[in-house]
Amino acid sequence: MDQLLQHLVNTLILGGTYALLGIGLTLIFGIMNVVNFTHGALYTMGAYLMYLAVTALGLGFFLALPAAILGGLLLGAVIEFVLLRPLRGSDIDTTMLVMIGAGIVLQSGTLWIFGGVAKSVPTPFPDAPLHLGPVSVSWLRLFVLGAALALIGLTYALINRTRLGLAMRATFQDHDTAALMGVNVRLIYTATFAIGSSLAAAAGALLGPVYVVFPQMGGLAELKAFAIVILGGLGNITGAAIGGFILALAEELGAGYISSGYRDAMGFLIIIAVLVFRPTGLFARAERIG
Amino acid sequence: MTRLLPLALLAGLALLPLGLDANPYLLNALITTGILTIGAMSLNLLLGFTGQLSLGHIAFFGIGAYVSALTSLGFEVELGFGIRVVHEPWPAALGFLLAVVAAGLCGWLIGRLSFRVRGAYFVIVTISFAEVVRLVALNWVELTQGPLALTGIPALTLGLPGLGSWTLRTKVQNYYLVLAVGTLCYLMIARLVGSRFGRAMRGLKENESLALSVGINATRTLTVAAVISAAMAGAAGSLYAHYLRIIDPDVFLFATTVTMVIMVVGGGKGTLMGPVVGGLVFGLLPVALRPVMAPEAQWIVFGLVLIAILFVMPRGLVPGLAGLLTPRRRGEAPTGSAIQPVEVRS
Repeated sequence: MDQLLQHLVNTLILGGTYALLGIGLTLIFGIMNVVNFTHGALYTMGAYLMYLAVTALGLGFFLALPAAILGGLLLGAVIEFVLLRPLRGSDIDTTMLVMIGAGIVLQSGTLWIFGGVAKSVPTPFPDAPLHLGPVSVSWLRLFVLGAALALIGLTYALINRTRLGLAMRATFQDHDTAALMGVNVRLIYTATFAIGSSLAAAAGALLGPVYVVFPQMGGLAELKAFAIVILGGLGNITGAAIGGFILALAEELGAGYISSGYRDAMGFLIIIAVLVFRPTGLFARAERIG
Repeated sequence: MTRLLPLALLAGLALLPLGLDANPYLLNALITTGILTIGAMSLNLLLGFTGQLSLGHIAFFGIGAYVSALTSLGFEVELGFGIRVVHEPWPAALGFLLAVVAAGLCGWLIGRLSFRVRGAYFVIVTISFAEVVRLVALNWVELTQGPLALTGIPALTLGLPGLGSWTLRTKVQNYYLVLAVGTLCYLMIARLVGSRFGRAMRGLKENESLALSVGINATRTLTVAAVISAAMAGAAGSLYAHYLRIIDPDVFLFATTVTMVIMVVGGGKGTLMGPVVGGLVFGLLPVALRPVMAPEAQWIVFGLVLIAILFVMPRGLVPGLAGLLTPRRRGEAPTGSAIQPVEVRS
């Protein structure tokens, strides 16, 4: 029973960052119809920006986090402006392959610049964990959960409460009509990709200090983000948030009770199962656009 | 000219080892390039002719490699419930055949599962399949030795009744084997896409609803294409295992699928010669880049080349260059895309 409680606590903490990853990816797919194969590279970038901001710039942990998120935002805007804007209107396979190319460039660039040795990000939190009855959790992980939930809340507020969010939702439903109503659709695409990228960078910046930072860390994260997005249904933001927690639960229980070697296989088994039984995701309502 | 090009290329490749003076480094690069090119040709059958982007193609390649290696090495595993499976080593040629069959069966399974969905869903389900297979190869240590790798895989022995048999140990022998298998795959794909079945595949790619309305069974056609494609990839994997004589779970790396995709898209998807030209260009590019830059930088060049091709020649090198070489007829629009250079796009 205690072990189960500990697994559930771990699930919450891992799930928060998974949800961030998934929301970023599903936002980009839903609004732009682009399968973002740079998502993993942006996750890695977020972690490296965090590392650089703490060690080289000496910004301090709590300032480094927004700096890394801002870096992801800018990088995403550049990728959209340079690679995706000229390709508007071409088929989904072409943009997907261009994104694969960009992902390779970013990942190999990171490996080239920083080398393959894993780095760890120093944190200001005490090493001793917090004991809550039978479960124990480190202060760092608690902070990661809080920050992830805050970012998810911010994203929801942005989409549901602001004029930008209104324009994004309009573009999501029908980009031609949105354009006719005076929405600058090109700007919305850039903003969407930048926001989605910043969420991936945030997830990397939060999980980087928990584990270690290395150039290939994004590969698996990207595949997991796909799993989360499939689980929730492509383009479904709430679905992605819940999907993040479901994947974390499956991984925790799979690693705890089946075999830790197959921890990372859980996401893919979930994808295959979902596509066999509910091809439009677990939370499909009516037909979605995108 | 388009008829002569494949023959000229084949003749050139057949004579190449004489010119190389058995340079082992270059021969090795040519053999691995050839094996990956066979993989790219099989991927083209799905990506180019049916329009389904499979990003898990390496799974079939790796399954072929492991099945072939395990068949010829023998193994002993405990399946649980007291069931033990013991397999004595079989000849390597049988391993090759089993690799083709096993990969084809996996292609059937994945086809049945994933052709219920299209587009982005299909892409992601194929990636997931490849990752699951990689994790099994990594974790089922009793069968696959996990990260310790399967070593001492025997070389292929080919024999004809009454003529004796040869064990292919040298690089030159393996080169000709790969060339022969590659030529065979090329001819099979050419026959296939020219047939009624090939027209059904392309019909589904161009306009699925129209194809359905004239009575083409979409799921069946796509699944058959996936089986053939997977079987060829399995054959390539088997050649790889018996040539290198050692395999580890890294044969399943996503990067290899990306290399094959670059070969197909860069050469020209949906054309017969595209993956061959793309395979040679992108397979040998690292050899050309090796003296001048670090491996990480090579991958950066790979990524940039992929992006550049999609921007400049979205249909790939073969259609793009054929468009440049073919003299324009009067009254025709002066764009390369108006010209249909390759025989299968009739």
